[in-house]
Amino acid sequence: MTTAMVGEVPLESDEDLRALGRRSRRAERRRGEGLWGWLFLSPSLILLITFVIVPIALALYVSFTKWNGQGGPFSKSASWVGLENYQRLLTRSGLTRKNFSTSLRNNLYFVLLVVPLQTIIALFLAIILHQRKLKGKSFFRTAFYMPSISSAVAVGMIFVFLFASGGVVNTVLGWFGAKDISWFNNGTGIFHSFFKVLGVDKPPSWLASHDFLGLSWWNWISGPSWSMTVIIILAVWTTSGTFMLMLLAGLQNVPEEVHEAAAMDGAGRWQTTRLVTLPLLKKQIILVVTLGLIGTWQMFDQIYVMSDGAGETMTPAYLAYVSGMKDNRLGSASALAFILFGIILVFTAVQRFVTRDKEGGR
Amino acid sequence: MPSDRPDDRPALDRSSPARTVGRYVLLVVVALIVLAPVWAILMQSLKSGPDSVRHPRSLLPVDLTWDTLRHAWRAGDLGRLSWNSLVMSVLVTAGVLVTSLTAAYAFAFLHFPLRRGLFAVFLATMLVPAEVTILINKRTIESLGWKNSMVGLVVPLLATGMGTFLLRQVFLQLPQELREAASLDGLGHAKFLWEVAAPLSRPTLAALGLLTFLTTWNQYLWPQSVVDDTAHRTLQIGIAHLDNGRVDNINLVTAGTVIAALPIAVMLIAFQRHLVRGLTAGAVKG
Repeated sequence: MTTAMVGEVPLESDEDLRALGRRSRRAERRRGEGLWGWLFLSPSLILLITFVIVPIALALYVSFTKWNGQGGPFSKSASWVGLENYQRLLTRSGLTRKNFSTSLRNNLYFVLLVVPLQTIIALFLAIILHQRKLKGKSFFRTAFYMPSISSAVAVGMIFVFLFASGGVVNTVLGWFGAKDISWFNNGTGIFHSFFKVLGVDKPPSWLASHDFLGLSWWNWISGPSWSMTVIIILAVWTTSGTFMLMLLAGLQNVPEEVHEAAAMDGAGRWQTTRLVTLPLLKKQIILVVTLGLIGTWQMFDQIYVMSDGAGETMTPAYLAYVSGMKDNRLGSASALAFILFGIILVFTAVQRFVTRDKEGGR
Repeated sequence: MPSDRPDDRPALDRSSPARTVGRYVLLVVVALIVLAPVWAILMQSLKSGPDSVRHPRSLLPVDLTWDTLRHAWRAGDLGRLSWNSLVMSVLVTAGVLVTSLTAAYAFAFLHFPLRRGLFAVFLATMLVPAEVTILINKRTIESLGWKNSMVGLVVPLLATGMGTFLLRQVFLQLPQELREAASLDGLGHAKFLWEVAAPLSRPTLAALGLLTFLTTWNQYLWPQSVVDDTAHRTLQIGIAHLDNGRVDNINLVTAGTVIAALPIAVMLIAFQRHLVRGLTAGAVKG
């Protein structure tokens, strides 16, 4: 959303131009506007300051302290430790860093798989559903959107039930000769499982001996764990519908005539999609990818409900929550949350850069 | 993506019967995949015993009974929990609509110092992971004495950058002349917002209201953080507690899930047209 926005402020420049011509009358009116502006803004502003902005500032301060949550953040129980929390997470070898880098790895695979999958599926469904003559359109739209409205708790419970040992999924896979897969508490990476099938059981020494953030290269290339795979399927299943609806909304702005004109010119279906529909949908696609990136890096509820971080499903957001709420290490938790915030900023910035306006769109 | 095959035939025969059939088959297959889990959970909630979980029969609509739903409703006190969730969701939705309307109006129509900077701040709040703020907010609520109260549940959720952003988009598309004319007619800002701008953005208001209601109804982490007595529990916390830590209570949990999802599903089916239209209005030339 931000990406679609910050770059250009629609109408504003237009409005400013017109304002030039009417400056005198405006100036007269504007005198009261400042007051009204602040008045209208104040409810949102006060709430956001109290419950978002001040907490962020406090969390930033806390991230430079060692604090167990007793008393206030400025009381004696919170001692200033400078960058220590960040160093423990990023540079100093130890359990804290290992836990963090593992959670980072887990979430990275989640992001890299979920965002493209849900975007492509949503796009695909939206394009198919956007046919004027299609019958039962609203049935399909509702059906595809249905998973999005269920709560994380409900969806989590459903998937635990479906993927349980001897559950529906394993039964169906059994028909195709697969043996009972244990999906939960299974921290083995699927790439590792695949390597094993290929006969690579132990890591080659050059992969085991190098490390990044305290995690060996071999562990970085593990792929998502089997447990995480369930959550990936769950996330794609839940969110694709929402994004389909957003893309569909964007498609409504593409006049049918554009497609007809393309067809008249002899453009094939794929050509029409690639050269006409996708460029016109560019803003919505960027929006969907941005929201997808933010959402997948903040993924939390599903893990809270389903796995509690077991089976290599720990993510930075969940780790921050656990160390803050359960272990009462608020300094470390806050530092972690800020690193996560930084990661989200970097990812959205890179994505903005890649999709910045250039010839011909995507 | 079958429809993306390179295709050199002129698109005029795009409605060829084979194509049409193919498209429907595809849609039906996707719908089956998407709805299968929903079906599984629905069937499970209508079965009597947990022993049916492992049996393929558990997926067939046979031996149906209302007992499990009834039992879950009573055992989890879901009547009261639903009421709590409903009150919370209605209050939050109403609040978000009001705060977003006024803030969006200020950003779209009024000139005041720091306007651009503040708008950027509003947008930035959308990027912040809730885990950053939730620990502090929990304490704020406790120190205000709002723990275990509806006020504590609702107040922190009353303003969102998202709502403000969506409505501002719509307001920016209203012709500037409208405001000029209104001010010539002596219509003040409050009146203009209430009588002209808000009614004109009804589709987006409906979509925003619906989405806010859904999100609030499904909130888990926040209620879990500020409520620890049973009197103020919300539905989502309730259904997570239904199994009492016992695997063989899975039927009760699925039943609770169905009960919690039902009102939302009904709302979706009734209002989905508004949802698409509202998103469209907000999305034009985003």
